[in-house]
Amino acid sequence: MIEIDGVHKSFGPLHVLRGVSLTVGKGEVTVVLGPSGSGKSTLLRTINHLEKVDAGTVAVDGELVGYRRAGDVLHELPERDILRQRTKIGFVFQNFNLFPHLTVRENVAEAPLSAQRRPRAEVAATVDRLLLRVGLSDKADAYPGTLSGGQRQRVAIARALALDPKVVLFDEPTSALDPELVGEVLDVMRDLARSGTTMVVVTHEIGFAREAADTVVFLDEGLVVEQGPPGQVIDHPRHERTRAFISRVL
Amino acid sequence: MTTTAPAVRSGTSPKVAPTRHPFRWLAAAGVVLLLAMAANSLVTNPAWEWEVVGEYLFAPSVLRAVLLTLELTALGSVFGFLLGGVLAVMRLSPNPLLSSVAWGYVWVFRAVPLILQLLFWYNLALLYPRLSFGIPFGPGFFDVGTMDLIGPVTAAALGLALHQAAYAAEIVRGGLLAVEPGQREAAAALGIPRTRRFFRIILPQAMRSIVPNAGNEIIGLVKGTSVVYIMALPELFYQVQVIYMRNGRVVALLLVAAVWYLALTTVLSVVQHYIERHYGRGRA
Repeated sequence: MIEIDGVHKSFGPLHVLRGVSLTVGKGEVTVVLGPSGSGKSTLLRTINHLEKVDAGTVAVDGELVGYRRAGDVLHELPERDILRQRTKIGFVFQNFNLFPHLTVRENVAEAPLSAQRRPRAEVAATVDRLLLRVGLSDKADAYPGTLSGGQRQRVAIARALALDPKVVLFDEPTSALDPELVGEVLDVMRDLARSGTTMVVVTHEIGFAREAADTVVFLDEGLVVEQGPPGQVIDHPRHERTRAFISRVL
Repeated sequence: MTTTAPAVRSGTSPKVAPTRHPFRWLAAAGVVLLLAMAANSLVTNPAWEWEVVGEYLFAPSVLRAVLLTLELTALGSVFGFLLGGVLAVMRLSPNPLLSSVAWGYVWVFRAVPLILQLLFWYNLALLYPRLSFGIPFGPGFFDVGTMDLIGPVTAAALGLALHQAAYAAEIVRGGLLAVEPGQREAAAALGIPRTRRFFRIILPQAMRSIVPNAGNEIIGLVKGTSVVYIMALPELFYQVQVIYMRNGRVVALLLVAAVWYLALTTVLSVVQHYIERHYGRGRA
């Protein structure tokens, strides 16, 4: 479903991704672990072209993201095509980034209405179904400012799902939450994982990785150091750097 | 071992007595006294000529002048903020030409005094006696005399709008920059089309910081229109001068103008309050 091949990305002199390759199958949950500054978030952001790559390719559902290949040249796509590609890729931000001037219902309905031009009645039904799924049916007409952090992140997940995306990317979805609110967000994510949603999750929640991930990827200094099933990477890491990181966060 | 005196805990629960503020009371009394003196003087000093004020407040010539003041304010704000909005977006554009042109506009139009700009537009005919409409650098389809096209009212509205646009551009730009970058990113990640992103997501949030400043500017413009008196346009300030030069009731007629400016500003302040409430929804 996602194929990342030899991706490089620099910010000025800082070489953040140094040739990352990664494959995520349909319905799989991949958790990306790594110390801060290892390039986890940047990697995630290249998948929906929020960050342009310097070299390498990213493909989702068999389609190159952000570029069109003609011979040996990658031509960046016009914005309209990139926006269409993004509707297949849900993104959940660390800081939720809900639209504060729109109600919960309007937040979730906005993209299906304006980006996918789906009929209003159909979108309304989708919104009701998704809010029920994340347990916030009673908050449909509330503004984000009146919700707790955990509730906001659940709305943000519903908003990402409203596009009916092929994959959902989570960028440290619980890092901005008070500790007692982390559980409710992870519950929603576990439920998604069980229902066969293709997910890539950047997180520090080792517990979530252990029980929900099909594959755990350990990223350090812009390179994939080690990847495999959680039982292997978390419990029996082969690489010294992985071992050091796991022992620090456990 | 000594036992401590029951300073903190005693049998009955004590009453709470707030701190007293004798100086606050004293200051309030002083202010009341000054207000009473001012009110007394307004009523008892016959030189205020309140009956003359009443006589002219709704005189047809004054009402026509108020209308012109309103018209100039409306034209100046609407076209000023429309152009200002375009300039703000240009200024934030990654295209260096668009951005520098917008910068240059703001630079020039903030530098030159409004009164000078007004006289300039009023005398545009000296520079270009005829204006021609057609293909750039190509043939013209029709042309008109500059004097016929740009009369005093148009020149005044043009000057006010172009001047206002320079300030409006900075206000709108400030508002757009105040929107958290994550909002743009989230909207882009959701695939929302660019114009929709601007008008549905970014601008409504920018309005929260644009509206208070825009209110300031528009209220400033109500009174700023008074500088067009140099073009002999009968707006409020010019009109009361015409009347008091004829009848000599200077103070009373200045009061007429002051009362009207106060009324217009009050209405605008109330409107601003409701607009702010609209854009403040969802925020504490």
